[in-house]
Parts: sequence; C-alpha cells; structure tokens
Amino acid sequence: MSPVGAIVRKELRSYFVSPVAYVVASVFLLLTGLLSFLAIATASNRSMQLLRVQGSLPELNLNEFVFRPVFYNMAVILLLVVPILTMRLFAEEKKLKTMELLVTSPVTITDIVVGKFVAALTVFAGMLALSAVAPVALAPFAEFRWPPILTAYLGILLMGGLFLSAGLLGSSLTENQIIAVILSFGALLLFWLFGWAGQVFAGTALGKVLSYLSPLDHFDQLVKGLVATKDLVYFVAGIVFTLFLTHRVIESQRWR
Amino acid sequence: MIQVEHLTKLYGSKTAIADVSFSLEKGEVLAFLGPNGAGKTTTMRILTASLPATSGSAKIAGYDCFDQPKEVKRLIGYLPEIPPLYTEMTVTEYLTFVGRIKGIEPERLPVALDQVLERMSLSEVRGRLIANLSRGFKQRVGLAQALIHDPPILILDEPTVGLDPKQIIEIRQLIRDLAGARTIILSTHILPEATAVAKRVVIINDGRIVAEDTQEQLSARLRRSEKVSLTLKRSTPDVRERLLALPGVLSVRQEGHTFLVETELGRDLREDLGRVAVQNDWGLLELKLVAMTLEDVFLRLTQHEEGMETQP
Repeated sequence: MSPVGAIVRKELRSYFVSPVAYVVASVFLLLTGLLSFLAIATASNRSMQLLRVQGSLPELNLNEFVFRPVFYNMAVILLLVVPILTMRLFAEEKKLKTMELLVTSPVTITDIVVGKFVAALTVFAGMLALSAVAPVALAPFAEFRWPPILTAYLGILLMGGLFLSAGLLGSSLTENQIIAVILSFGALLLFWLFGWAGQVFAGTALGKVLSYLSPLDHFDQLVKGLVATKDLVYFVAGIVFTLFLTHRVIESQRWR
Repeated sequence: MIQVEHLTKLYGSKTAIADVSFSLEKGEVLAFLGPNGAGKTTTMRILTASLPATSGSAKIAGYDCFDQPKEVKRLIGYLPEIPPLYTEMTVTEYLTFVGRIKGIEPERLPVALDQVLERMSLSEVRGRLIANLSRGFKQRVGLAQALIHDPPILILDEPTVGLDPKQIIEIRQLIRDLAGARTIILSTHILPEATAVAKRVVIINDGRIVAEDTQEQLSARLRRSEKVSLTLKRSTPDVRERLLALPGVLSVRQEGHTFLVETELGRDLREDLGRVAVQNDWGLLELKLVAMTLEDVFLRLTQHEEGMETQP
C-alpha cells in the first residue's frame, strides 16, 4: 500500500471511531434539511399568493427560488463546521507526539499532508452526498433542472475543499485544537469578507483583486450553473497553494 | 554502520550539541549517558533523519541522514522517549498502520505483525485498545513499533523511563535479546542501565562528548589508585599504623570497623592485608577490592571535579 493510502485509511478510521465526524455530519445535515424545508415552504407560499393574484398556477423556477438560497446558506454552515472537521489532524499528532512516528518513517511530508487532506475530503464528500436527499426527494413532485444543481454541488465540493485545506493549515500551526479552529475560522471569514470589500472598492484594481480572492464570486458562478475554467482554477490553485503552505509549516517545524 | 562526525546543532543561539563524533560497528550496543538536557535526544533525532544538523555529518550504513532520509528511515527503528501511540487504536490496528508506513509489503505484513507480537509478548493484548494498556505494555507496543519492519539499527530514547522495576528488567532483557544481529543505540540518564545492556558507553554533557570507551576502560582510566576495603571484627587502635606500615599503602581511612586502604596503582595488596589481619588476630570479616563504579566516573566527568583536567 502506498504511504498516502495508509495515512488516508488511518485518518478515515479515526474519524469514524471518534464522535466528531458523526456530530459534524448530523448538525450539517439537520441544518441543511431544515433549510431545504424552509426554502420549499417559502416557495410554495409564494406560488399560492401568485395563484390568488393571477388566478392560474404560475411556473415557479425551483432552481432559482429553492436551490440557490439553500446552497448559499449551506456555504455559510460549511464555514462554521469544516474547521471542526480538520482541527484534529495535525494538532493532535503534535500534542500526542505521534508526529515523531510519521516523520521518522519513510514517508514524505507531502504524503502526510495529502493523505490527511484526502481523508478529510472523503468524509466531507460523504456528508455532501447525504445532503442530496433534498433534491432527490423533491424530483418526483416538481419540475427543475438537474445541471445547475450538479454544478452547485461541484462548487460546494471545491469550496469545501478550500476550507478543508485552510483548516489543515490552521491545525499545522499549533498543537491546541481550539486555537487551530479559531485560526481557521478567522482566515475563512476574512476571505469571505473580501467579497464584500470587493464591492465597496468596486471599479478599482483593489476591488478586483479582493473580489477575486474571495471564494464567493467563484462559488456564485457555479451555483448559477456557469462552469468557467477561471473559477475551477481559482479553487484548485487555492487548495494546492494552501496545502503547500501547510507542507512548509510542517517542514519548518522539523528544524526546531 | 553508524558514523557521526563533528555533529553540531544549534537551536537559535542555544547550542544543543557541539562537535559530537563517534562511530559504531554492526552489532554493537552503545549507551548514551548524560544528564537530562545533555543533547542525547537531539543526537538521536538527527540520526533518525528527522532533524537536520547545523553542521557536521551523520551517516547510517553509508547513507547520509540529511541527503538520503528515505533510505536512512527504512534502516532505523526509533522509539522516542514518549512512545508515539495512537491510543484510540487496538494494538493490531496500530502496528498494521506502522507496518504500512514503514513500507512493508501488504502480503508480508500479517507475518511481520505476528512475529513482532510474539517477540514482544503482546499476543494476548493484540485486540485491546492501547489506551487501556498498562505503562509497561505501552512501552512494549512502542518497541514493537520500532521493530516491525525488522530494521538493522535500533535507536531507543530512554527506553525504561517511567517503568516499574520489574518492567525495567523485562525491557532490558528484551533489548539484550535484540542485540547481536542489530546495532543498537540507547540513551539513558540511569547509570546501571548503561552497564546492564551496553558494552560501550558515550558520556555526554552540555552537548559535548566527555568520554567514550568501554565501560571497564572508562573506570580503569579514571582510577589513579586501587582501593581495598577491609572489615574487621576487633579493631585495635594500632590497626591504622600497622596497615600504613605495609609497603605500597598510600592512605587508610577508617569508617567504624571498615578500613578503606588506598594502594599504589597496579599493586594488589589483598594478600598482604589478609596476612596482617590474621597474624594480628583482628577477626577478618571481609576483604574486597573496591572498583570505581560508573557512577563515580560519571560524576567525575560531568561535575568538573578536581582531576578532570588531567584526564585525556
């Protein structure tokens, strides 16, 4: 078995023997389920109002009125739960001195970082797959288009991946899990706010840079069903760069 | 097998080790002896290729610890001072994971696992969670972790620290059993431990090697005179004078009924002393040569006592 595979298996196992993955997944699924319900209920109220006003049953765009708000809110929930999923990954190894085992074994730091990231991404993807119960359950009763939903899921997966890599970086900086989570939160919220700052400085070069750095605009495109290379590049490059930073942090700790 | 030359490691401006050199042949057991904070762990971590040195070189079986870490890591089994255990795993799960990252082939892994469990007498706890094991068992799991890939070199950092006397004896026996085919470096700040398991001792203090030799030669080198202890049942006031009158006796110190006789180096006066005691009917109870213990050697070397400057 490759060293990465061994680390992925070990991390997955430790996700499922500790309650963290279950709690995070439960909270996430409960909230997204409730969100979906609220969005659908709101949409049906609206269509009832329109029925009364117009006298005929309107064609309501479910993609627009139900799924888009659900995906935006899902992104906010992810901002809050993803760092919890990653806080343990390096902080605990350092605290329990098990990092010593990894760094004295014939595995590279890249193997370790990638292995941990892939394991976290797998758990996260599983969580997302379970949240797809809402559109699947709705499909027999309503008309909507699947492609934008699939691209939105791609967006969530990529943005979640970016959040996970940021969480991994936060965890590599400390041996205290609480500090790891706060650092990751801070960084994610900061980049989130870049989107708003970009609007404030709209039209200037600074505004453009800030908007580009924030994941919001890129995510927005995917939720709308627009798959553009530049948005995919943003997420993939962001993930690779953040993992690279994590690698540097772990490598530099070797010298101390 | 292991060559260390002029190894120096600085942490910022603090010197952890300075100009450390030693070498080790295949199959040798070497004990690193020194007080806490002397640089033992630093040296070992450099040898495991996990910590880069500031200057100097360390080679394991011809591979450089800095340039060829992967080859070095394959050859080494390392037990850190705190065993690196994932306590939420069972013994089998943990050792399987270690086997995988140490690069054991999947088809060989079950065999390697069984062998190491057998060797470390862990078979009956193989399904238990590591968190629930006693300290002694945890230490053995730590050793098993270092051994699972059957490395030719073992590096053990304070392998008996925190164990009870019975467990200490067990672990030492295990280490002795492992010696022979394997080259072993272990560190300790406990002197009898170095004597118990290692033929060669390197004494390190403040990051520098202060002595390196076999344990017998170390004590011999520092011994400038022989001491004989003589215990008598009936000591008369003139015992001291009569002993001093013997040729070769340098001094006599009395502690109750025991006389500590210091004699010239290379002269064994036990026979003469015995004869005098019997002739004078002092009631000889005990007569023995007092060898300098490693403890004396260690203190003399590390505490800058008088006479240290005269040593090579």
